[in-house]
Amino acid sequence: MRVALFLTCVNDTLYPDTGRATVKLLTRLGVDVDFPSGQSCCGQAHYNTGYRHEAEPLARHFSDVFGGYDAIVTPSGSCGAMVRELYPRMGERARAEGRGDALARTLAPVVPKTYELTEFLVDVLGVTDVGARYPHKVTYHPTCHGLRSLGLGDRPRRLLRAVRDLELVELPGAEECCGFGGTFALKNAEVSAAMGADKVRSAESTGAQVLCAADNSCLMHIGGTMSRSGSTMRPVHIAEILASTEEEPAV
Amino acid sequence: MSRTFVGMPASPPPAHPAFPKAARDAVRNPTLRENLRHATHTIRAKRAKAVAELSDWAGLREAGRRIKDHTLHHLDRYLEQLEESVTAAGGTVHWAADAEEANRIVAALVKETGESEVVKVKSMATQEIGLNEALEAEGIRAYETDLAELIVQLGKDRPSHILVPAIHRNRGEIRDIFRAEMGAWGRPAPEGLSDTPAELAEAARLHLREKFLRAKVGISGANFMVAETGTLVVVESEGNGRMCLTLPETLISVVGIEKVVPTWRDLEVFLQTLPRSSTAERMNPYTSMWTGTTDGDGPRTFHLVLLDNGRTDTLADRVGRQALRCIRCSACLNVCPVYERAGGHAYGSVYPGPIGAILSPQLRGTASEIDASLPYASTLCGACYEVCPVAIDIPEVLVHLRERVVQGGPAVRRGDKVVLKPAKGHAAERAAMRAARWAFTHPGALRAGQRLASRTRRLHPRALPGPGRAWSGTRDLPAVPAEPFRDWWQRTQGESGEQGAGK
Repeated sequence: MRVALFLTCVNDTLYPDTGRATVKLLTRLGVDVDFPSGQSCCGQAHYNTGYRHEAEPLARHFSDVFGGYDAIVTPSGSCGAMVRELYPRMGERARAEGRGDALARTLAPVVPKTYELTEFLVDVLGVTDVGARYPHKVTYHPTCHGLRSLGLGDRPRRLLRAVRDLELVELPGAEECCGFGGTFALKNAEVSAAMGADKVRSAESTGAQVLCAADNSCLMHIGGTMSRSGSTMRPVHIAEILASTEEEPAV
Repeated sequence: MSRTFVGMPASPPPAHPAFPKAARDAVRNPTLRENLRHATHTIRAKRAKAVAELSDWAGLREAGRRIKDHTLHHLDRYLEQLEESVTAAGGTVHWAADAEEANRIVAALVKETGESEVVKVKSMATQEIGLNEALEAEGIRAYETDLAELIVQLGKDRPSHILVPAIHRNRGEIRDIFRAEMGAWGRPAPEGLSDTPAELAEAARLHLREKFLRAKVGISGANFMVAETGTLVVVESEGNGRMCLTLPETLISVVGIEKVVPTWRDLEVFLQTLPRSSTAERMNPYTSMWTGTTDGDGPRTFHLVLLDNGRTDTLADRVGRQALRCIRCSACLNVCPVYERAGGHAYGSVYPGPIGAILSPQLRGTASEIDASLPYASTLCGACYEVCPVAIDIPEVLVHLRERVVQGGPAVRRGDKVVLKPAKGHAAERAAMRAARWAFTHPGALRAGQRLASRTRRLHPRALPGPGRAWSGTRDLPAVPAEPFRDWWQRTQGESGEQGAGK
């Protein structure tokens, strides 16, 4: 199976540790993972801000870069949802605008092959115990697009529960949005910040040291709120926890 | 007919600040935040429980979606059928293209009776058209009889929730409003009125009873209209609605055209999904149904005013038309994290929350500051779609309307096909989006930018200038790493990396 890592532009630029952890984890599980360097951005920010027509070339580019692989794995719930849920919609809209089937046909092949990381581990590789050790108290925030668009369900929690020495504590109001919302964080900064502060408060109430999620965009917002408020909690991407082992612990 | 549209919406644009500014007061008010948090979380949990009781909820939701879609698809046919049924049952049907026409019709009908006051059943449609103000201008006084609407009216306030219009008021405030204002409208509040719910309810009951018994004209909306029988349905909790519907001699109902359902049997679905979604009740306490007029029982004269006011234009939009499926349950408000912080007034409309954010910019157009900002009043978290009993994909419509705001494009306004111009104030954003699109389709440029960011990372400021302050005012920026992932990959995994496309 030829597996491509779709890291996402945010992770590539700002969170290379998540990328390295994903490669390490997949390699350890026997997956031969490739990073096609032509990859850039799925177009989610464009699409969700109202620039669907600007997102179309990015989607076509995505399809060009990843079309030849058997599976496309991404450590981002929202970018995964962009491909799986919104690429088909982009094709439909182009058709409705009288532009024919070209876009839908170009994008169709990548849609069913794109997996969010925890989905790929549980559904495709069939593992929940990935052989990780992470001796910390952790709470898990299910990010909205992973939860509601992709339907990740309890997959992330099942993976975390199988990690040795990890104490998983429930996050109160876990399914409430953290307030990031892409450009929402800038356009409605006050409401976004209020939601972020509430999320951090409930995370802190768990007594966990680490807030884990499967999307670094949300973690950037939550983590930025934490460090500004002087919180001792750390935001950590689930890939970094699952990649951590006895021999090579995550710091 | 097609023409370039310069921005005149169906109704005059409301002079209301954009959503982010309008939300400021509520976000900064800890008492209001706590009131809203408590109220929305309580009803949210109750709704989830009430819905979980039904094993066929998903089926009911799908049935509701289909009934509404089918009806909207054949709206012309069902509205004509409704008109025939209502007329045959002794009622009179009037057609109103917009708020002004509807108000004119209602005012004229009230004047024909010779009365100068009316009692009202809680109704979103009459609030949407500003009926009370229009009647006031004609010398007719309208009394709201729903408890929460009464509080809003006496307090010269605006409703902030579809189902709980006074959700922003606490008991102490309500007592103060009753004490200060009831006397000017009718029977004053009892001496020494306290803020206990029982005493407040009794004060309202005494105040309203006088009006019910005196009123000769009642005005209502309706939750549903049945095309095959001409029956109107009002669903409520207090019984005040039933008083207004049965005691007066003349009843005038103002109803949006999307409220029609084809058959009596269709009510089976909505009378299960509406109460559970709105008040978390298995069945609401009062369901009133009436079909035209009946000799010796109830109003002798019945008028139905069918209101368009932007609905036909909304129906013309392939993506946006699903908003017309709404049955006004307000489950989306109660579950919305943005509504919870911003409060209902920030939405600048009688329709607040997620449904308001997709309804107002369609019914009123996107020309005003508030209407152009509403599609952005969401993180697209999807909680609203999840709870919607008629499966309105609110995030999909929000994104669609964002596109209309920033890119313009085809739309229908007052029945005419128009091409909307992009809204003002998005030029810098548009340029940034284009630049990003260019960089992302030229990986060399993206890579150069990433490297530049990494090499200059020690020079990056902790706080951003200009629009970036919106981020760094409350949140730290992530540190830019020493090298982007792609450089690490190339350095360590080498050969396959550079050509990219895995073909």
